[in-house]
Amino acid sequence: MRALVIDDSQAIRILIANILKRIGFEVLEAANGREALERLAAASRMDVAFVDWNMPEMDGLAFVQAVRAEPRWAAVRLMMVTTETETAQVVRALAAGADEYLMKPFTKDALIEKLALLGIPARPDEPAA
Amino acid sequence: MALGEPEFDYIRSLVHERAAIVLEPGKSYLVESRLMPLARAEGLATVAELVARMRAQRAGRLHRLVVEAMTTNETSFFRDLRPFAALRDVVLPDLLARRAAERTLSLWCAAASSGQEPYSVAMLLREHFPQLEGWTVRLLASDISEEMVARAREGRYRQLEVNRGLPAALLVKYFEKAGVEWRLREDVRRMVEFFTVNLADAWPALPPMDAILVRNVLIYFDVETKRAILGRMRRLLRPDGYLFLGGAETTMNLDDAFERVVVSGTTCYRVAPA
Repeated sequence: MRALVIDDSQAIRILIANILKRIGFEVLEAANGREALERLAAASRMDVAFVDWNMPEMDGLAFVQAVRAEPRWAAVRLMMVTTETETAQVVRALAAGADEYLMKPFTKDALIEKLALLGIPARPDEPAA
Repeated sequence: MALGEPEFDYIRSLVHERAAIVLEPGKSYLVESRLMPLARAEGLATVAELVARMRAQRAGRLHRLVVEAMTTNETSFFRDLRPFAALRDVVLPDLLARRAAERTLSLWCAAASSGQEPYSVAMLLREHFPQLEGWTVRLLASDISEEMVARAREGRYRQLEVNRGLPAALLVKYFEKAGVEWRLREDVRRMVEFFTVNLADAWPALPPMDAILVRNVLIYFDVETKRAILGRMRRLLRPDGYLFLGGAETTMNLDDAFERVVVSGTTCYRVAPA
């Protein structure tokens, strides 16, 4: 499984990437939506992207809209991971084409359960190397 | 009965020391509900007695079991997913066909904790079975702890809780933001009848059940109590009903009148034909 973690906070990218690597993912990172679109265009395949909302240059919502406008990326699952916690924001993200929505702060279990909702199984946890 | 402060503090420091989990003050109901089954399994009447026994012993098996009970029993909406897929795809369509003439359906979540499981079932019924409109549907949910039942009835969840297993589409459809919490809509809350019961003691009068979910609680009881509970559940189940246990639980060697069936990749149990 391959994931793209998009967040302008390096600390958050590392946090999410570490969880994903431990459950068997190959992880790419991007610091904003524009960078993420470049990574996506260069990648031969992407299973899921974790998308922060508030980022410079191109925010998460614009990224979701851009991905959903491109038929060749239709299979990429998009999960918002954000501090935005109002109902209206969740509705907006889903309407734009996000598949799931995880509110910060979150636990590792919450992230894995959200992946399961997208039909993406986590490999059993492995101790960090 | 709420747990005393010295006992709560003892458990709090144990769990913090062993599992790095911080129990906030005011969570004594949580300690009570998680540890009560273990206290019973040890032949004790209260969690306070359990703490007294732990204090009198060197740290060992009992301390480990307590930490496990406090840390591994975390719940989420649609926990383990597959049992809910089984309900949606096989069990409920089967039961609806069998009950089409009488138009009644009775389900019981027998270890409902803070309510995530029965409310997941309620949302599943709403989402996938509109044909139940006009039926008499009883969705019962019980827990050993009165505090937990009161909390479940409220249907209020913290952000960390709605993050757990709840599809975002259902969050915005069935919950309303109330300050920093999320509250389940009243019409969904009203679908579930909560009550307090200790599965090892007397049960209130219950209707014959079409399905019983009793997941991740039997592990805390001794073999005799497990047998007794399974036997009573079998007699309460209608002959064509379904029983769901936790992933690490089984009726094997406890109640051989049940047979194991695999539905949608998950195991459930049915009463074997005589």
